[in-house]
Amino acid sequence: MGSSINAWSDWMTGFNPMGIPLGLIILAAIPLVFIAVYALTYGVYGERKISAFMQDRLGPMEVGYWGILQTLADILKLIQKEDVVPTSADKFLFVIGPGILFVGSFLAFAVLPFSPAFIGANLNVGLFYAIGIVSIEVVGILAAGWGSNNKWSLYGAVRSVAQIVSYEIPAAIALLCGAMMAGTLDMQKITMLQSGDFGFAHFYLFQSPIAWLPFLIYFIASLAEVNRAPFDIPEAESELVAGYFTEYSGMKFAVIFLAEYGSMFMVSAIISIVFLGGWNSPLPNIGGLALNTWTSGPSWGAFWIIMKGFFFIFVQMWLRWTLPRLRVDQLMYLCWKVLTPFAFVSFVLTAIWVIYVP
Amino acid sequence: MKELDTAGQGSIRVTRKSGNVVVLEKDLATEQMVLAMGPQHPSTHGVLKLECLTDGEVVTEAEPYLGYLHRCFEKHCENVDYPGIVPYTDRMDYLAGMNSEFAFCVAVEKLLDVEIPRRVEFIRVIVAELNRIASHLVAIGTYAIDLGAFTPFLFCFRDREHILSLLEWASGARMLYNYIWIGGLAYDVPADFPRRLKEFVDYFRPKTRELFKLLTENEIFVKRTKGIGIMPADVAINYGWSGPMLRGSGVKWDLRRNDPYSVYPELDFDVPVPDGKFSEIGDCLSRHLVRAIEMEESLNIIDQCLEKMPSSEGFDPRAAIPKRIRPKAGEVYGRAENPRGELGFYIMSDGKSTKPLRCKARSSCFVNLSAMKDLSRGQLIPDLVAIIGSIDIVLGEVDR
Repeated sequence: MGSSINAWSDWMTGFNPMGIPLGLIILAAIPLVFIAVYALTYGVYGERKISAFMQDRLGPMEVGYWGILQTLADILKLIQKEDVVPTSADKFLFVIGPGILFVGSFLAFAVLPFSPAFIGANLNVGLFYAIGIVSIEVVGILAAGWGSNNKWSLYGAVRSVAQIVSYEIPAAIALLCGAMMAGTLDMQKITMLQSGDFGFAHFYLFQSPIAWLPFLIYFIASLAEVNRAPFDIPEAESELVAGYFTEYSGMKFAVIFLAEYGSMFMVSAIISIVFLGGWNSPLPNIGGLALNTWTSGPSWGAFWIIMKGFFFIFVQMWLRWTLPRLRVDQLMYLCWKVLTPFAFVSFVLTAIWVIYVP
Repeated sequence: MKELDTAGQGSIRVTRKSGNVVVLEKDLATEQMVLAMGPQHPSTHGVLKLECLTDGEVVTEAEPYLGYLHRCFEKHCENVDYPGIVPYTDRMDYLAGMNSEFAFCVAVEKLLDVEIPRRVEFIRVIVAELNRIASHLVAIGTYAIDLGAFTPFLFCFRDREHILSLLEWASGARMLYNYIWIGGLAYDVPADFPRRLKEFVDYFRPKTRELFKLLTENEIFVKRTKGIGIMPADVAINYGWSGPMLRGSGVKWDLRRNDPYSVYPELDFDVPVPDGKFSEIGDCLSRHLVRAIEMEESLNIIDQCLEKMPSSEGFDPRAAIPKRIRPKAGEVYGRAENPRGELGFYIMSDGKSTKPLRCKARSSCFVNLSAMKDLSRGQLIPDLVAIIGSIDIVLGEVDR
C-alpha cells in the first residue's frame, strides 16, 4: 500500500477544473449517496426483514419481489405528504431541527476511512473530530423537541440530551483506549497500524488482553448515543408517543430517520476502525495461501469496512428486537455508575499495557 | 459569590465573600405541568385518558377519565330479550368474549334454574379457558410492548392466532362469538375439535416456557417491573380488586375455586399466587407472573376437560335451551372468573317480560382501574406506563 494511501481522495481534492472545486463536491457527495443507499436498502428494508424473521413473520412482501421496492414506495409516499408545521410550533426551530440532526451525523462521515484510498478529510485529529461533531445532533434534537411545542416532544428532547451528553463520556474514554494503543488520533493511521499478514490478529481487539473492555463499553455507549434499544427512551413509543419527532411528518420525518441510520453506521464504523481494523482484511496469510494479500486493496477495503459496519448494525437490530427498554434513571445509573468507572479502569489498564508490555 | 442555597420557595440567598447576604428575588420553584395521556396514546390500551400532573418525569397525580367507549350496555339490556343480550356481552370484554358470555349465562341460568347437559358444561369450560389463554397472551404481549420489547408481543399474537382459529372453527367468529347460549351452546364443537385442541395444547406448553425465557426472566424486564406499583393485599381488597390483580397481591382468591360454577369443582388446578421470591408481592411483576402461570394452569384444565368430556353421541347442544326465556320475578347476581377478574351480572326480572327489568354489569377492569390514582402517585412516567399495562384494562369492559 504505502504510497497509495489516500491516493484517490488526494487526487480528487486537487481536482478543480476552471477554479470550481468539483473534486471536493464529489468527495462530499460520496458518503451522502452511500448513506442514502444504505439507509434505503439495509437500514429500512433490512431492518424490517430482519425484525420480521426474528418475530416469525414475513415483513414487506407486496411491493416487488420479496417486497424489495417497499422502501421506495414509502419514500414516494413521504415525498407526497403535506409538509405540516403545527401552528403553535416555533417554525424556525421546527424546520431547522432535522437539518442539524442530519448534518451532525453526516459530518462525521468526513473522517471515516472507507478504503485505503479514500477518506473525506484526512484530519490528524479525526477521532476527536468524530466524537465531537456528533454532539451537534443534541442541538438538533433539542431544537426539534422544543420547537414542536408538544409536551411529549419536549420530554423526548430533554431525555435525549441528558442521555447523549452522559454517554459521550464512557464512549470517548473507551475510544481513547484504542487511540492510546495506536498513539494517534488519525483515523487512517489507526487503521493502517492494524494491518499485517495475520489479518484479524493485528486488530486492537486482539492485540491486548483488556481491549475487549473498552470495546464493549463503547458498543453499549454507542447504542445509547444513537438512541437504539434498549436505550431508546428518547423516542420510547409506548411512553412518549414518538419522543422528539412526534410532530414530524413527510420528508422532515424521513430526514430524521436518515440521520438516525447515518449515526448507526457511523458508530459501527468507528468501532470497527478503532478495534477491528477498519478496512483491513480479517483473513490471515497462511503460507502460500495469501488470503490477506488477495483480499486487500482499495475496493476490498471499502468492502471490509462496510461489512464490519453492517455486522454491528445487525447486532444493534438484534438487540432492539430482543430487549425491553430501560427506565430513565436506570439508564443514567448504568452510564455513571457502571460504564464510566469501568471505562476509567480500562483506560488505566490500557495505559499500563501500552507502556510496559509490548 | 461563595455559596448558593435556596432560602425558602422562590428566592436564592447568595452569601458574598465579604459576608453580606443578598437575597435574590428569583422564582426558582418549578411549575407542575399537566400532561394529558390519552385518549389517543399508544400505551393506554384503548381510549383511556389519564390527566397527569407531572413534576419533570415524576407523576404527582394521575386521574383517569373514562367513558370514551361507553355504549349503554345496561340500558340496551332493558330493551333486548335475554338471548339477545349475549352478543352484547361479547362486546364488553372483546378479548375474552367467551368468558363474558359464560358469566352472563351463569347468571341467567341461576335465575332460571335449568339443568345443563354435562357435555355443554365441559365445552363451555374448554372455550372459556382457551379464551383466557388468548386474553392473557394479549395482556402479556402488550405489556411487553409497554416496556419496549416488541418481539414477545408478536410471539404472543402468533400463538393467540391458533386459539382464535380453534374458536372460529367452533363458533364461526374470531372475537365476538355468541357461542355460549343460555341453557346450552349454539353448536356442538366440530368432530375433529378435540384432536386439534390436543395438538394445540402440546404445541403451546413449550411456548409458555419460551415466553418465560424471552420476557419474564429478562434482566431489564425484571428491573422495570419489580417493586413498581406495589399494592398491599388489604388495600387491594378494599378497592374490590379481583382476578390476577388480587392474586398478584398475594390473596388466593379465584371464583372458580371460591364460588364454584359449572364443572370447575371436578377439575384439578392451582390458583397461582406469587411467593415473593422472584418478585415483590403486589408489584407489577407479580401480576405479570400470575398471568403467565395461569396460562399453564388453563392448559391443565383443558387437558382434564378433554379426558372427562362425555362423547357427542346423541348430543344436542340446544336441548336444554328454554323455548321462551321468561324468568320468575326475582333478582340474581351471577359471577364468573374472567381473565381480568370477577365479572358479575346483577339481573332483575319482573316475571312478566322476556326482557330483564334491570341488568347491571360488575366489570372487573373498571374496579381494578379505580386504584390507578393511588398506584400512580409519585411514580415516574415510564413506571406509570408499566402500571397501566399491569392492570390489563380493556376499555370495552371499563366503559361498557
